[in-house]
Amino acid sequence: MADTLIRLRDDAASTAPVLTLAEIAGVSNAAAVRLVPGDDARALLPLIDQLELVEIAFPAYTDGRGYSAARILREYGYRGELRAVGDVLVDQISHYARCGFDAYQPDQPLTRAAVDKAIATWPEVYQRTVDGRVPIWALRHG
Amino acid sequence: MYLYDTYDQAMVDARVAEFSDQVARRLAGTLSEEQFRPLRLKNGLYLQLHAYMLRVAIPYGTLNARQMEMLGQIADRYDRGYGHFTTRQNIQYNWIRLDDAPAILADLASVGMHAIQTSGNCIRNTTADHFAGAAADEVADPRPYAELLRQWSTFHPEFDYLPRKFKVAIIGSETDRAAMKLHDIGIQVVKNAAGETGLRVHVGGGMGRTPMIGPVIRDWLPPLQMISYLEAALRVYNRYGRRDNKYKARIKILVHELGAAAYAREVEAEFAHILTLGLEPPQAEFDRIKAQFADPAFDAAAPHDIDLSDPDFALWVDQNVHPHKAPGYGIVTISLKPVGGIPGDASADQIRLMARLARAYSFDELRVTHAQNIVLPHVRRADLYTIWQALDGAALASANLDLISDIIACPGLDYCSLANARSIPLAQKISQRFGDIQRQRDLGELKLKISGCINACGHHHAGHIGVLGVDRKGLENYQLLFGGSEGADTSLGAIIGPGFSEDGVVDAIEAATNVYLAHRSGDERFLDTYRRIGSAPFKQAIYG
Repeated sequence: MADTLIRLRDDAASTAPVLTLAEIAGVSNAAAVRLVPGDDARALLPLIDQLELVEIAFPAYTDGRGYSAARILREYGYRGELRAVGDVLVDQISHYARCGFDAYQPDQPLTRAAVDKAIATWPEVYQRTVDGRVPIWALRHG
Repeated sequence: MYLYDTYDQAMVDARVAEFSDQVARRLAGTLSEEQFRPLRLKNGLYLQLHAYMLRVAIPYGTLNARQMEMLGQIADRYDRGYGHFTTRQNIQYNWIRLDDAPAILADLASVGMHAIQTSGNCIRNTTADHFAGAAADEVADPRPYAELLRQWSTFHPEFDYLPRKFKVAIIGSETDRAAMKLHDIGIQVVKNAAGETGLRVHVGGGMGRTPMIGPVIRDWLPPLQMISYLEAALRVYNRYGRRDNKYKARIKILVHELGAAAYAREVEAEFAHILTLGLEPPQAEFDRIKAQFADPAFDAAAPHDIDLSDPDFALWVDQNVHPHKAPGYGIVTISLKPVGGIPGDASADQIRLMARLARAYSFDELRVTHAQNIVLPHVRRADLYTIWQALDGAALASANLDLISDIIACPGLDYCSLANARSIPLAQKISQRFGDIQRQRDLGELKLKISGCINACGHHHAGHIGVLGVDRKGLENYQLLFGGSEGADTSLGAIIGPGFSEDGVVDAIEAATNVYLAHRSGDERFLDTYRRIGSAPFKQAIYG
């Protein structure tokens, strides 16, 4: 059974209206926003503590700007939901997870089981990112 | 050389499992060809004119005898008994069946090899000076950095869907043997007056349809900030590189459009942030890797002087053996460019022979050069004659390194779906026209490079003489360029005039070499004479 929204979080999904980057400028209590490729994720940094949901759109999975946007938000301490939306396919899930995504809203059917399997693709990782995994170079040196 | 530990091996094994699953889904029809294409490309599997082509990674061009033997076995078992060594220091197999790909990858993994990121819009296999750790002129060994880069770039989650492919090259001597400035990022390991090691970083070089020499973006970088700096350089590219036009998507266009200084400022800002995140492997990890590149146990008593009374052998030693840092040793380059042959091709038997020679005489190590030859990096000069005899018996003793028949050529229209013209038959005709080795030696160093289309896989922009195959009203046509170089004096060649037929371009090249011989002053190479006298005398001789 395919789900339309797969969340790897325990909290309740935000019900706030999802605004564009242009729209949040005039809204003091914005809680949900959608970034599209080309948006500067750093524009959200002043709101990082009040945001519950950031959707990052992938109109085509081959456009990788959203990976940087996600990782930047996590690097600056964003703790809310980070949702990949659009052309989100199972073969990119492990990378999404490593860049801080914890929710997926794919255009094509995708199952929770497939997501879990994809995230487990790599027994270890070579890079330190924002997912908390200990890189191989750290494992080697205790 | 670097040997995988259990972590490295587990990563390669995981990739085999993942890709085998992807192939199975494709064969079962649950993945469309459109969905599968980028996935197979990330594993070096192309669909060419006649069959699938598999590009196998040889990180920084270094491999041991066991790995080399496996390359021969794969050529026999899954291809047509040969492989093609490429300008990316890799090997390609041109006659692969899709359903064999998982088995090939499993065979490769059994010797610590893979095809990871040999294609696709990701960070490609890192290339390096093929004489690293052996050259007499080396300032610092680039291989430990190259291995750090290999690990960092492997399955990097942020940079797997870049605007375009991304190639990093690294060198550690003033002599550039890796065309470093013609890569997306080129790194030179340098030392300052105090003897401290640093990295000089070029960004935005490349060939293709818009060739550019990469400007210096960071003149001095502490070595253990390399990964953090590259994270920054790549992030700026991933965010701001053009995605509206694939022909303007390489980082060279971004650096060019922003300007090198503005790009550098963007990178510095990102770098300052990234340095706070602790992404850099520690000194202990660098030391662990570096220890694996320690010098082999050179024989301190190895004699320098050897018997050169066999004139053919003496010729080969003079042309194909470079000075080694250890007394009594030499660096052997095995030419894969016999007269009339296909540049870079080697049969399974030749591959196995080279592996055996490496095991017996070169501390179990080989290198692939970007000029499509094979190097035995650490050879006792006293063993050279034995090696030469073995090579000679296998048609591998061409004494033509860096001469006009040592041609770089892409696969061209014989194999490649992107090509406009054939490269291989032209390379064969040129090497036959200049077949006489004494004639070649009289012409001296003359780097001739052929690309079958504007994508420049044959490095034609960087040839002292470059040839670019184009399609002219449905006919193969060849443009001629002069004045390119990939060395420390990197320059881009310029088209001399209207194009030629296949035979016409061979005649034009011969005419150009005659101009050179008539104008040469002292020890000038063809390139030096061309730079000094300009294109006019060459145009006059070629076009009248």
